[in-house]
Amino acid sequence: MANFQPYDTKSDKAWYYIFRVICGLIFFFLMFPILVIMPLSFNAGNYFTFTPEMLRLEIEGFSLKHYRDFFTNPDWQVAMYNSFRIAPVATLLSVGFGTLAAIGLSQSHVPFRRTIMAILISPMIVPLILSAAGMYFFYSRIGLQGTYIGVVLAHAALGIPFVIITVTATLTGFDKSLTRASASLGAGPIRTFFKIQMPLILPGVISGGLFAFITSFDEVVVVLFVGSASLKTLPWEMFNGLREQISPTILAIATILITLSVLLLSTIEILRRRSERLRGISPS
Amino acid sequence: MVSVDSIIGRNSLHRKVQRSLRIQKLRALGLIAPLFIFILISFVIPIGDMLFRSIENQLVSEVLPRTTEYLKSEQINEDWEPPNELFWHLYVDLAIAAEVKLHTRVGSRLNYEKTGISSLFRKSGRSIKRFGADDYRKALTDQIPELTSIDYWELLAEGTKYGYTRDTYNAWKKRLIENDDFSEKTKPSDFLFVVLANDIKSSGTTPSPDTILEEKLLPVISELPEIRFKELFLETDEDWAEPDVWDTIQLYSPSFTNGYYLNSADFKKGSDGPELRPENERLYVLIFSRTLFMSVTITMVCLLLGYPVAYFLANLPLKYANLFLILVLLPFWTSLLVRTSAWKVLLQNEGVINDVLVAIGLISNLERLELINNQTGTIIAMSHILLPFMILPLFSVMKTIHPSYVRAAKSLGATPWTAFRRVYFPQSIPGIGAGSILVFILSIGYYITPELVGGTTGTFISNRIAYHISSSLNWGLGAALGSILLAVVLALYWVYDRVVGIDNVKLG
Repeated sequence: MANFQPYDTKSDKAWYYIFRVICGLIFFFLMFPILVIMPLSFNAGNYFTFTPEMLRLEIEGFSLKHYRDFFTNPDWQVAMYNSFRIAPVATLLSVGFGTLAAIGLSQSHVPFRRTIMAILISPMIVPLILSAAGMYFFYSRIGLQGTYIGVVLAHAALGIPFVIITVTATLTGFDKSLTRASASLGAGPIRTFFKIQMPLILPGVISGGLFAFITSFDEVVVVLFVGSASLKTLPWEMFNGLREQISPTILAIATILITLSVLLLSTIEILRRRSERLRGISPS
Repeated sequence: MVSVDSIIGRNSLHRKVQRSLRIQKLRALGLIAPLFIFILISFVIPIGDMLFRSIENQLVSEVLPRTTEYLKSEQINEDWEPPNELFWHLYVDLAIAAEVKLHTRVGSRLNYEKTGISSLFRKSGRSIKRFGADDYRKALTDQIPELTSIDYWELLAEGTKYGYTRDTYNAWKKRLIENDDFSEKTKPSDFLFVVLANDIKSSGTTPSPDTILEEKLLPVISELPEIRFKELFLETDEDWAEPDVWDTIQLYSPSFTNGYYLNSADFKKGSDGPELRPENERLYVLIFSRTLFMSVTITMVCLLLGYPVAYFLANLPLKYANLFLILVLLPFWTSLLVRTSAWKVLLQNEGVINDVLVAIGLISNLERLELINNQTGTIIAMSHILLPFMILPLFSVMKTIHPSYVRAAKSLGATPWTAFRRVYFPQSIPGIGAGSILVFILSIGYYITPELVGGTTGTFISNRIAYHISSSLNWGLGAALGSILLAVVLALYWVYDRVVGIDNVKLG
C-alpha cells in the first residue's frame, strides 16, 4: 500500500491514486485484446462476440469445435507443417552466423565497427514490405523465388539482427581475463571458446535464437512474396483468413500461439536471470 | 646519443605490437565476414535490386529497337505526322516481339504512362499477321524451296550483303532461343520473307555474286503487291496517327528513366519537362502525407500511453516492476497476426466493444461505432502493437534517473508538477527520443495491420507498394515508392544511431 510521507498533501495522495488508475487502464488496453480472444475461441457458435449462453456460463455455450477444425483441416495442418519446417532451419542459420559475428564485433579492435553493425542490424529496421519486394525481385533473378531455400534464407536474414543484439549484449559484460586465464593454463582458442566463452554467452545465444525463431514463425510479408502456394505458412493462412472470410478457427490458433509465446517469454526471462547471475551482474 | 640497439629494440617492439593488432583485427573480421556476406546476398543486394528497378526502363528500347532508334531524331509536336518508314520499323519490331508475346509487355509498360497503349499493342500484334506476309512467303518459296529450311537462313545470315535481313533474322532467333522455342526444325516466320524481299529489292540494282538468288527472286518480288504498312496500321487502330502515342514511346525509349519517381510525386513526363498530373490522377502525395500523419499520430498515442506506464514501472520496487513488466512483454511477444486478429474481432460492428457500449447504454443499437476499416481502426490497432517499443526504451532510461533529484527539487520548494517538469522530464528526454524514433520508423513502413484493419482510408504507402508489386505489376512504380520510403527510414535510422546508438537497442 502507498507509503505516504507526513508532508504529502491531499492532492499528492489523490494524484497517487489517479495515476495508478490511469496506469491500470493502460495495462488493461495492453492485455485486453489478448485476454479476450482466449475465451472467445471456445465459442460454440460461429460468432466473434460473447453469446448470451457464454455470459451465463452455460456449458452449451462452449465447445472445442474450432480447435477440432484446426487440428483436422488439412490446410491448417500443411501450414503448420511448413512453419515448423522453415523456422528451425532459418533459426539455426541466424544463430550460427550471428553468434560468430557477434563475437567478432565484440573484439577490441574492429575497423568500421559502427558501419558493419548498422548494416547487420538493418533487416530489423528496413520496412518488411521493402525487404520482401527486393527479395522477390532478386530471388526471381537467381531462381530462388518460390523455393524452400529462398524462404529460409530470407527468414534467416530477418532473424540475424536479434541474435547480434542479444549476443553482443551478453558479451559486453564478458570478463576478458577468463579467456586469458584459460589460455595461460594451456587451452587452445577452440577449447577456450567451448569451455569458457560458450557456456557464458549461451543464454544470450538461446534467447537470440528464440527471437529469430519467433521472427520466422510469425513472419508473413516476406513469405507472401518469396514463398509459393506449396510453402504456405501458418501466418500466411491466418493472413488470408483474416483478409477474406474470417473464420473462428483463427481464434483457436491465436489462443494456441499466445500459449506458445507465454512459454517462450518465460524461457527468455529464466535465461536472462541465469545469465545475469552467471556473469555476476546484480539484477538491478 | 641514442644507441643503435635501443632503436632496433623499440622498432621491433613497435612492429610486434602492430603485428599482433593486425592479427586481432583480421581475426575479428574473419569472424564477421561469413555473416556479412550472407546479409549482403540475402538482403543488401535485393534492396539494391529494388533501387535499380525504380529507374530501369530497358524494355521499350529492347523490344522496339528499330522504332526507338528512328524516333530519336524526330521532333514530335502536335502537327507531326508519323512517316511511312517509321511504320516499317514498327512492323519488324512488333513481328519479332509478337513471336514471343513480348509486345503485350511493352504495351502494359507504356500503358502506365498513357492509357490505351496496352490495347493498341495487343490489337496490332494480332493484326500484323494479316498484313500479307504469307503471300511473300509463298511466292519466294515457290522459286527457292530451300527458303523454308532454317539452314538456308543461317547461310543467308552469314553473308554480309543483306544487312537488314541478317540483323532481323538474328534478333528473331535470339528471342526464340530465350523462349526455348528454337531448333533446327523451326520454320522461318512469314515476316522474314518480307524483310528479305525488301532487302533484295533495294540492293537489286547493284551487280552482286548472289546472282542466283536475285535472278530468281527479283522478278517475283516486283510482281508482288507492295505492303502499305502505314495504311494497314491505321486501319487496325487510328491511334497510330496520334502524335501523343509516339511521343510516349519516344519519352520512354532511354534505358533509364526518372518517370517512376515523377509518378510517385504525382508528376508525369511531358515533352517539355515534368508536368503535374490532372487532379483526378493525383494519388501518391496524398498517400505519403496520410502515412506521415498516421505515423505521427500513432507515435504520439504511444508516447501518451507509454510515458505513464514507464514512469510507473521505473518507480516500483524491482520485484514488482518485473512482474508488471510481463504485462508489457507478453503483448510484445505475442504474434503480430494474433494481435491484429484480436483487434479485428473486437472492433467489428458486431464485435465485443460495440456490444459492450450498447449493453451499458452509451450508444444505441442503431448507432454502432465504425471502428474498423478506417483510420481509427489502424490507429488503435497499431498503437497497441507498437506500444511496447515505446515503453521499453523509456523504462530503461527512467530506471537510471535517481529519485533524489526530484526530492531535492521538492525540498527546495518546487511543487510536484514543477519538480516533474523542470527536473524529471528533461532527464527522460533521451528515452522519449529513442522510443519515438523507434515507433515512428516501425509504423511508417507497416503493412500487415493497415492491410487487415485499414479498409481503404486507413492504408499506408506500403500497402500501395504491395499492390503495385503483386497486383498491378507496375514493378518500377512500386520500386520507386519503396525507394522513397527506404530513404526516409534510413535517414531516421541514421538519426537513431547517432542519438541512441544501435548497440543500445534492448530487447525485453
